[in-house]
Amino acid sequence: MDAEAAKLLGAGLAAIGAGLASLGVGNVFASFLEGALRNPGAADGQQGRLFIGFAAAELLGLLAFVIAMILVFVA
Amino acid sequence: MAESGKIDPMHQFAIEPLFGTDHLSIGGFNIAFTNSALYMVAAAVVLWIFVVGGMKRELVPGRWQMAVEYMTGFIKSLLVANVGEGGKKYIPYVFSLFMFILLANLLGLLPLGLLGLHPFTFTSHFTATGVLAILSFSIVLIVGFWKHGLHFFSLFVPHGTPLPMIPVIFPIELVSFLVRPFSLGLRLFVAMTAGHVLLKVLAGFVINSSNAGLGYGLTVGSASFLLMIGISALEVLVAVIQAYVFALLTSVYINDAENLH
Repeated sequence: MDAEAAKLLGAGLAAIGAGLASLGVGNVFASFLEGALRNPGAADGQQGRLFIGFAAAELLGLLAFVIAMILVFVA
Repeated sequence: MAESGKIDPMHQFAIEPLFGTDHLSIGGFNIAFTNSALYMVAAAVVLWIFVVGGMKRELVPGRWQMAVEYMTGFIKSLLVANVGEGGKKYIPYVFSLFMFILLANLLGLLPLGLLGLHPFTFTSHFTATGVLAILSFSIVLIVGFWKHGLHFFSLFVPHGTPLPMIPVIFPIELVSFLVRPFSLGLRLFVAMTAGHVLLKVLAGFVINSSNAGLGYGLTVGSASFLLMIGISALEVLVAVIQAYVFALLTSVYINDAENLH
C-alpha cells in the first residue's frame, strides 16, 4: 500500500476513537442527569465531579484527534 | 484534498509576525510580535479593563461590579469546594488563569473576519497552553515540597495500600502525576484546534458547494451553513467549559499539594 494512503487510512481509523469518546462523554452526562433527577438537592454539589469525569472522558477522544492530526500533517 | 484545495483548514493557525517585526531578535532568538502575541495582549487588556471597571468598591454594587464579584466569587467557591479554606490564597492565580483562558477562547471566536481581520486563538497552540499547564504544575510542586517536604512523596502511595502492592502502585501514581501538565495543556489545545478546524471545514463546504452550482449551494451549502451556526454556539459552550475544566483541574491538583490525600 502507498505510504500516503496508509497515513490517511490511519487518520480515518483514529476517528473511531473520537466516536467512542463521544459515547463516554454522553454516558457521563446521562448518568449525572439520571442521578440528579432522582435527588436534585444533591446535584449542585456534584458539578465539579461531573466536569472532572467529562474532562477525563473527553481527553481520550481528543488524543484520537491528535493521532489523526499527527498522521496527516506530521508523519 | 485536491477538490477543496482552496480552503486550508490549518491556515488559520499560522503564526505571522505583525507590524514589520519579522527580524526583531535578542541573542539570536526571534522575538517578532506575532498575531499570537497580539491576541495575548488583547486578552490581558480586556481582563484588566474588566477587573478595573469593577474595583469601585461601592457598598451597593452596580452591574459591572456585580459581574466582577460574581466571577471572583465563582472561583472562590470552586477553590473552597476543592481545596478547603486553605485554597483561598490561590484565588488570584486561578481567577487570572480562568479569565485569561476564557477571554482568549472567546476573543478567538469573534467574527472579526467580516472586518477583514484574522481572528486568532492562541489557546489552539500547545506552546501557549503548555506553558500555562507548566505554571499550574510548578505551583503544585513548589507548594507540595514547601509545605510537606519529602513527605510529599506519600501522595504516590494512597492510604490503606497493602504493603506488597506499594511497588506496583507507586510507579502508576507517579506516571499519572507526571502526565498531568501534559494532559492539562493538551486538552485545551486540542479542543480549541478541533473546533476551529471543524468550523473551517464546514465553511469550506459552504463556499465550494456554492461555487459548484445553485442546486448544490441550496442543498449542501445551506445545510452546512445551518450546521455551522449550531457548531458556533457549541464552540462558545466549549470555550467556557474548557476554561472551567482548566481552572477546576488546577484547583484539584492544588488540593493534592495542599492537603496530600
